[in-house]
Amino acid sequence: MDLRFTPEENAFRAEVRTFMTTEVPLHVRKKTEVGEGLSKADLVASHKALAKKGWAAPHWPKAYGGTGWTPIQHHIFTEELQANSVPQPLPFNVSMCGPVIIAFGTEEQKKRYLPKMYNLDEWWCQGFSEPGAGSDLAGLKTTAVKNDGQYVINGQKTWTTLAQHADWCFVLARTDMEAKKQLGISFILVDMKSPGITVRPIQTIDGGHEVNEVFFDDVKVPLENLVGQENRGWDCAKFLLGNERVGIARIGLSKQRIGRIKQLAAKVMSGDKSLMADERFAEKVAAVEVELKALEMTQLRVLAEDAKRKSNMPNPASSILKIKGSEIQQATTELLLEVAGPLSVPYLPDEADFGDGDHWAAPAAPQYFNFRKVSIYGGSNEIQRNIIAKAVLGF
Amino acid sequence: MDFDLSDDQRQIKDSVDRMLAAAYADLKTKAAAQKEPAGFSVGNWKQFADLGLLGIPFAEDHGGLGAGPVETMLVMDAIGRNAAIEPYLSTVVLGGGLLRHAGTAAQKAALIPGVIEGTHRLALAHQERQSRFDLADVSATARSDGAGGYILNGEKLVVLGGDSADTLIVVARIDGQRRDRAGIGLFLVGGTAAGVTRKGYATQDGGRAADITFANVKIGAEDVIAGKGSDGLASLEHVIDEAIAALAAEAIGAMAALHDLTVDYLKTRKQFGVAIGSFQVLQHKSVDMFTALEQARSMGYYATMMAAEPNAAERRRAMAAVKVQIGKSAKFVGETAIQLHGGIGMTMEYKAGHYFKRLTMIEMAFGNTEHFLRALAHAGGLIPAAA
Repeated sequence: MDLRFTPEENAFRAEVRTFMTTEVPLHVRKKTEVGEGLSKADLVASHKALAKKGWAAPHWPKAYGGTGWTPIQHHIFTEELQANSVPQPLPFNVSMCGPVIIAFGTEEQKKRYLPKMYNLDEWWCQGFSEPGAGSDLAGLKTTAVKNDGQYVINGQKTWTTLAQHADWCFVLARTDMEAKKQLGISFILVDMKSPGITVRPIQTIDGGHEVNEVFFDDVKVPLENLVGQENRGWDCAKFLLGNERVGIARIGLSKQRIGRIKQLAAKVMSGDKSLMADERFAEKVAAVEVELKALEMTQLRVLAEDAKRKSNMPNPASSILKIKGSEIQQATTELLLEVAGPLSVPYLPDEADFGDGDHWAAPAAPQYFNFRKVSIYGGSNEIQRNIIAKAVLGF
Repeated sequence: MDFDLSDDQRQIKDSVDRMLAAAYADLKTKAAAQKEPAGFSVGNWKQFADLGLLGIPFAEDHGGLGAGPVETMLVMDAIGRNAAIEPYLSTVVLGGGLLRHAGTAAQKAALIPGVIEGTHRLALAHQERQSRFDLADVSATARSDGAGGYILNGEKLVVLGGDSADTLIVVARIDGQRRDRAGIGLFLVGGTAAGVTRKGYATQDGGRAADITFANVKIGAEDVIAGKGSDGLASLEHVIDEAIAALAAEAIGAMAALHDLTVDYLKTRKQFGVAIGSFQVLQHKSVDMFTALEQARSMGYYATMMAAEPNAAERRRAMAAVKVQIGKSAKFVGETAIQLHGGIGMTMEYKAGHYFKRLTMIEMAFGNTEHFLRALAHAGGLIPAAA
């Protein structure tokens, strides 16, 4: 047993950090650090910087542009990415749809889609959730009917993140209306420019526009856009959702947030001393740090175990990462809200740049509201508890 | 990054697991052991010695294994899983730790072989009536006798294993004010030396402890571990840090066993015509126990890694964090286990209560969750402020 990083791993960390701090556009990192919204151009610029280095999809197989890193290297990469406020490479492309096409797609599909996906020349969005199919995703009702040599898709998707920027959507649709639930679903790639698609923005409680409803009205899609076998799309979906849990703990992000909370709380006065000098506040911060350190070790344990696992199904212990990781992320937003105090009250949706001076407090409340989502998406924390109860505890 | 045990470690784990599982298979045996003069089974203690477990942290020169925090963790985990009451913590980790870190060559040569053979037991006498969790709060006095020795006076409370230990390691003030960090000495005192009065009693978790008074106890120069001008407190803090790592492992063992027991109970106990484990509200509670356990287990690994950290400030900060996580998890897992068991959890004839009581005492040992949370916050936490 040796729980220290090797000199090689430390050297790798230094290399990653140097890259993050010198090659990724500074204005994007600044905005990310303070919690300001990112434009499409911001996200593309940061993604392309990673792609140029060959780090846009480190976990893909080497043949498709992956890195062949060890699990520990992946961990270090993600931690440094988050610690240095670099946006994640677009997850819909590299963490969700890409791995599905690599695992289930045809050679033609790989050639057609993967390079543009990798370089973010095409932006993907996820067409999974529906108004009536959230935690019970297999209850989805969108249909894809074969007609005249093509699929005709009808239905409604929701919570479609950043669909307003998207060129393509990977859609779960029902192709067998008779089959029970999971059995009649297919995984289909849809061009967002197709006639019959309407994207309607949803304003969330933080005031932002991240998610959308997407309506499909007789949308025609070529049959070759099916990934994997018809009616076996649930296999793709399960595979994708398993991948989604990897890295969901966002430990580097929470570390960065805590460092920033301490910095700000040392400047904010509470009575005759700084907020950070207030014992009760300092203890609240310390309590979150303890949970985070424990979670970091849990993540390393899961990584070490995954490296030895034969199966490519997700480790059920990764559900702990989701539950605790989301709780800690939320706790950091609560602390920042507390630091901001009365300065968090103004609603400033049109402030274009709150990176400097007095405006540091402006994102505190929106971020707090926004981060309620992290215990809901990617399989709600209650669903994660069901997974552990069943897969680990054997109920 | 490697969490695997070596072959030697695996062997230690297997032997201690097997020995304690057999020794504690029946709660009646434990109750009988508690009635022995020492308050635990001397036969079990001999088995600890025969398996080499009492020599784990000591140098090979003294007949030990020269092993480290990982091996100690394996033993303590097994102790926790069986709610065992042998004085491993007081003799090997605390007493033995101070000898290792601060003892003279002659003191080590005189005492360690007996410890390893199981014929000599140690106890650390540091706590006082007013000191609560402050290690520097020492009012017992050690006055120089002018010939290299000292005269010891004062009272020590809740000395773990202190009622039957052959040798006590006593923390006493050589000079300075009651809570000064400087001026703290460490001394070897025979358990039955003249001027030593011990009042032994059972502890809440089935172990033994003693309140001990020292009235003009003479300490020869050869029994001074840390005298005038040496930093006795630094050695004490180092040993307490190692003890926190060991307690973390014990707590993890106890929580794991208690969680297993609870899940099994939920799967077999029937009410309303079904196993109560079919109710989601109870499933989720047991998942929360599992999460608390695994977070604690992760901190246990962190503890074994940081127990050997040479930078004292870093090590103290890390151990404060460890104790906070362990304490929180222990309280949650313990209380929830009793609740999910219902009435049976309240009885002494069922094992759950034994684990719960031990976990509660572990939370209290060397500083409770609140104490260490305050200490950690005071030390600036684990993550530096952004520049």
